[in-house]
Amino acid sequence: MKPLRQLSSKTLVLDQDNIDTDQIIPARFLTTTSRDGLAAAAFADWRFDEQGRPKADSPLNAPTAQTCEILVAGDNFGCGSSREHAVWALMQFGFRVVISAKIADIFRANALKNGLLAIEVDRDTQRWLLAHPGAELNIDVTECRLDLPGNGAGTELWSVTFELDPFARTCLLEGVDALGYLLAQSDAIAEFEQRREAA
Amino acid sequence: MSQTLFDKLWNAHIVQAETEQAPALLYVDLHLIHEVTSPQAFAELAARGLKVRCPERTVATMDHSTPTWAADLQGQRRYASEQAWEQVRTLMENCDRHGITLHDWDSPNRGVVHVMAPELGLTRPGMTIVCGDSHTSTHGAFGALAFGIGTSEVGHVLASQCLLQRKPKTMRIRVEGELGPGVTAKDLVLHVIGKVGVDAGTGHVIEFAGSAIRALDMEGRMTVCNMAIEAGARAGLIAPDQTTVDWLRGRAHCPQGEAFERAAVEWLALASDTDARFDRDVLVEADEIAPSITYGTHPGMVVAIDQAVPHAADATAARALDYMQVEPGKPLLGRKIDVVFVGSCTNARLGDLRSAAEIMRGRRVAQGVRMLVVPGSEQVRKAAEAEGLDQVFRDAGAEWREPGCSMCIAMNGDRVAPGQTAVSTSNRNFEGRQGPGSRTFLASPATAAACAVAGHIADPRRLDGEPEVHIHFPAPRHMEARP
Repeated sequence: MKPLRQLSSKTLVLDQDNIDTDQIIPARFLTTTSRDGLAAAAFADWRFDEQGRPKADSPLNAPTAQTCEILVAGDNFGCGSSREHAVWALMQFGFRVVISAKIADIFRANALKNGLLAIEVDRDTQRWLLAHPGAELNIDVTECRLDLPGNGAGTELWSVTFELDPFARTCLLEGVDALGYLLAQSDAIAEFEQRREAA
Repeated sequence: MSQTLFDKLWNAHIVQAETEQAPALLYVDLHLIHEVTSPQAFAELAARGLKVRCPERTVATMDHSTPTWAADLQGQRRYASEQAWEQVRTLMENCDRHGITLHDWDSPNRGVVHVMAPELGLTRPGMTIVCGDSHTSTHGAFGALAFGIGTSEVGHVLASQCLLQRKPKTMRIRVEGELGPGVTAKDLVLHVIGKVGVDAGTGHVIEFAGSAIRALDMEGRMTVCNMAIEAGARAGLIAPDQTTVDWLRGRAHCPQGEAFERAAVEWLALASDTDARFDRDVLVEADEIAPSITYGTHPGMVVAIDQAVPHAADATAARALDYMQVEPGKPLLGRKIDVVFVGSCTNARLGDLRSAAEIMRGRRVAQGVRMLVVPGSEQVRKAAEAEGLDQVFRDAGAEWREPGCSMCIAMNGDRVAPGQTAVSTSNRNFEGRQGPGSRTFLASPATAAACAVAGHIADPRRLDGEPEVHIHFPAPRHMEARP
């Protein structure tokens, strides 16, 4: 897992609620046995028509889209299926951060296990972000802080903090996944198994 | 201190309590796996030189990528692609290598993972159950803590039999009163999701309670818990009671004889204490519930079948109505349909097939409509065939297929064509869920069957003698001639 400590990038905005994982990666791409090669499958039906031609009106097809590392979306992002392919596809497309006011449980868990920072911000911040596509943001994972640019001339840069599970934060900062930690608990697991066996 | 059912399940599986710095270590009693979300997890184990810690707690089936056509005379099956076959073969190899029981083509128990595991008694009250599939919430119908996980977590469970979890909040949804005639568990859960919203359960485990829930049989309870995830909750729960115990008695993996009766006493003690507190409590009146159908692109966009579709409240809803080609202010009754799908982990059990067959018996699928009936498991298939349900569907002009996820997730070749309208007994009506450009209306098996016969969206309670239902009886046609 690639560590993520700090990141500055423009945002790509998908101003829609309930973007489900079938939108992020349609099921027909799930017959793969690999984690790789999914960039083209990301939002495939939003980006391409039935003939495979790029849809001009999709912000995901803008020339700068794949340089935006921050995705801003409406509520309940990542709802639906548990497919981790959704996270892999988003990351391979170029995203390292997803911001919404509400993120679905399984998607968020999957994201953080792969180094995709999925964060929830307050309603006002989300509204501002949705209204300002392409805003240049700075994210500091150590401090759990999001810096936003001013609203135009004379307005100062402002910051909000976000919640991040301390364990997930450590994994992100150090670029390690949780499996090593889990394996290190094998004595405790064996004890638990013996205790139950005896009961 | 009084405890909820969830508290009891959680506390009994804590290997290490959670701290500020680390989530709890939760022990997993049963890990169900299938071909789609497991290959990358096995690859991770291989890359790190790890073994499966508890192959005996791991059970595999194949359901998502598998064809629902019968094998040909040479025993060959028509996979959607070489890659789909490759995926199934990879599961076979991984199970073989790690000593994991796989219910493959030869098994009389193969089926959709959330149908076959309960049938076998693998799912029992008091357990923790996970699977790389969001509809794992189904197993909560037995009073087991069951939830979907991603592929990284599949790897964690394979390697350690544990998961790192923060304790979720609890929400109770009580449904009190009696369901009206023709109103099913599917209608109940669709109505509930419409009422609480598709993200109401985020961060929560939902316990379904109340007299209308207790009155449901186990199949109905599985339908309800199956769709807890559509309200945002990873897990749904229903307290075990005598209905649960009676359903489990004699199942292959359940304890037998005296041991079963001892286990049953423990199961019945799992119910939430009467004074247990929930973080959220919602009351739904059962008599408000009618046969329900979705009209939009998530399961919370739902109306009673004879009720007008609401006007869009925001841009997201407007986009959904536009995608679905639905006119607000009018009921959906009479909307022409192209496909009817009866199947999925939500509604492909014997009772679901009986309910659809009751409507199909002596009637025909309307001209121009394709109807696919896909039993949830081999056991369901055999039981349905033993009572002649397959013949009822075939006589009506429907396709009777072999078990699998089929058109619910549309990754095995069974799909709805672009622009077509489908009435489906599955769980998700997301854009393109049943195939690119498909439009899905979720409903109960009875409603789906009524729609198939009418050729348009129809009320299962007013099947005959109502002007809006036109029942066609075209000359019998061979299945091969159907689109």
